[in-house]
Amino acid sequence: MGLKEFVKKSFSKSPWVVHYDCGSCNGCDIEVLACMTPIYDMERFGMVNVGNPKHADILIVTGTVNEKNKDVLKNVYDMMPDPKVVVAAGICACSGGIFRDCYNVLGGIDKVIPVDVYVPGCPAKPEAMIDGLYKAAQILKEKYSRREVIVSAKSLG
Amino acid sequence: MTWADYLIFAAAVILTPLIGGLITGLDRKVTALIQGRYGPPVLQPFYDVVKLLSKEKMIVNDFQIFAAYIYLLSAILSVGFFAIKADLLMIIFIMSIGLVFYVIGALATRSPYSQVGAQRELMQMLAYEPLLIFVLIGMYYVAGSFNLHDIMSHGRLLLDLPLIFVVLSLVLDIKIKKSPFDFSTSEHAHQELVRGILTDYAGPYLALIEIADWYELVLLLAMLAIFWSQNLVIGALISLFVFFLDIIVDNISARMTLKWMLSFSWIVGISFTVLNIAYLYFSNVSR
Ligand code: SF4
Repeated sequence: MGLKEFVKKSFSKSPWVVHYDCGSCNGCDIEVLACMTPIYDMERFGMVNVGNPKHADILIVTGTVNEKNKDVLKNVYDMMPDPKVVVAAGICACSGGIFRDCYNVLGGIDKVIPVDVYVPGCPAKPEAMIDGLYKAAQILKEKYSRREVIVSAKSLG
Repeated sequence: MTWADYLIFAAAVILTPLIGGLITGLDRKVTALIQGRYGPPVLQPFYDVVKLLSKEKMIVNDFQIFAAYIYLLSAILSVGFFAIKADLLMIIFIMSIGLVFYVIGALATRSPYSQVGAQRELMQMLAYEPLLIFVLIGMYYVAGSFNLHDIMSHGRLLLDLPLIFVVLSLVLDIKIKKSPFDFSTSEHAHQELVRGILTDYAGPYLALIEIADWYELVLLLAMLAIFWSQNLVIGALISLFVFFLDIIVDNISARMTLKWMLSFSWIVGISFTVLNIAYLYFSNVSR
C-alpha cells in the first residue's frame, strides 16, 4: 500500500464523533452510548466518542430542535473544523417525530444545520446508528477528496 | 559529533514516531481486549494523526501554535540526543522545556477546561520531575557520571537499582497519563475535563502534540531499557513489560485525586531512592 492510499484510507478510518443531545427523550442517547459497549464496539471502525467539538469529524444529534437550543446546535456545528458530517439519529432528529406539532418545536435538525445522514427509528437501534456513522465516514472521505472546505471559523468571531 | 552520530540522530528522529505510534496502537488494542471489545486496528494512531494533519486549521491565538511546535521540537531533540548517548541530565532538561511550553500554550487560551487542565499538568510535573532527578542521582551513584555512555557501560543497572527502576516506572505511568494519574487530560473514552489541556488544540496542531507524545513515550521506555543495557533486546522487553503493567493498572483503577498523587509519588519516590542508595552504600562499605 502506497503512502497516498494510506492517507486516503485514513480519512474514512478515523472518524471522531461528538454527540449532542438536542432535547431528546433520552431513548436515543442511551442507544448512542450503547454503540460503545463491548457488544457493538464502534471503536473497531476507529470511531471514538469525543466530548469536544473542536476534535470531532462527525456530529451525531438526537432529539428535536426547539427555540431554546437551536443556537447551541448551530454553535456546536460551527465549532467543528472542516470537513465535517452531520448524522441525525432517531426520528425526532430527522423530522421532529411525535413532537413535531409541539408549540416550541421547530422540527428536524435539518431546519438549522445541513444533515448528511438520516438514521430512522424510535429509538434508532445501535446497529442502525453504527451503520449511519459508517456511511458518514464514507461521506467524510468524499469530502476530503473534494476538498470542499468552507471557512466556518469566521462565525466563531 | 562525528558523521555516524549525525546519522544515528537522524535515524532516531525518523524511526521513533513509527515505533511510538505502533506501541500506542498496541496499547489501544490490548485495552480493548481487556475490556472484552474487538478494538481498533493496530495502525489506528497513524490513521488518526494523518486525518488530523489534513483537517482545517482552527486556532485560538498564535502563541498556542508556537508552543505546540516547541513541545514537538524539544521532544525530537531529547530523543535525538538520547540516541547519540549525550548527557542524560541535559536530555531531561530539554524535555522539561517542551513541557513548560505545552502548559503555557494551554494557559494562553481562555477556555476554562484548558486552563484547569494546564494547572493540573503543572501538578503532574511537580509529581514526577523530582522523581526523574532522583532516578538520575541513583544512576550517577552507580556509574559516576550523567553521561549516557558511561551509564550504559555499566551493563545491568537493574540489579543495583531495583527500587529506582520502580520509581522510573511510576514516572512513566504519571507521564503518559494513564489512570489513576489521568488528571490533565486523558485518553478518548475517559474524557477528563472535555479533553483538559488539549481542549483548544484542534486539527493539525493536535496531531503535532500527539506525535510529540509518541516521542516522549519512546524516550521514557528507552530510559527503562537502559537498566539492562548489556543486552538491549532484554532491556526493551523489560520496558515493554512495564508498559503492559501500566495498561493493566489503567484498566483496573479509577482516577484518584491530585493530592493523593502528590503524596503517593513523593513518598514512594523519596523512600525508595533513599533505601536503594543506602543499600548500595552499606553493601560497598562492608565489601
Ligand atoms: S426518536 Fe424516539 S427515542 Fe429517540 S428521542 Fe425521539 S422519541 Fe425519544
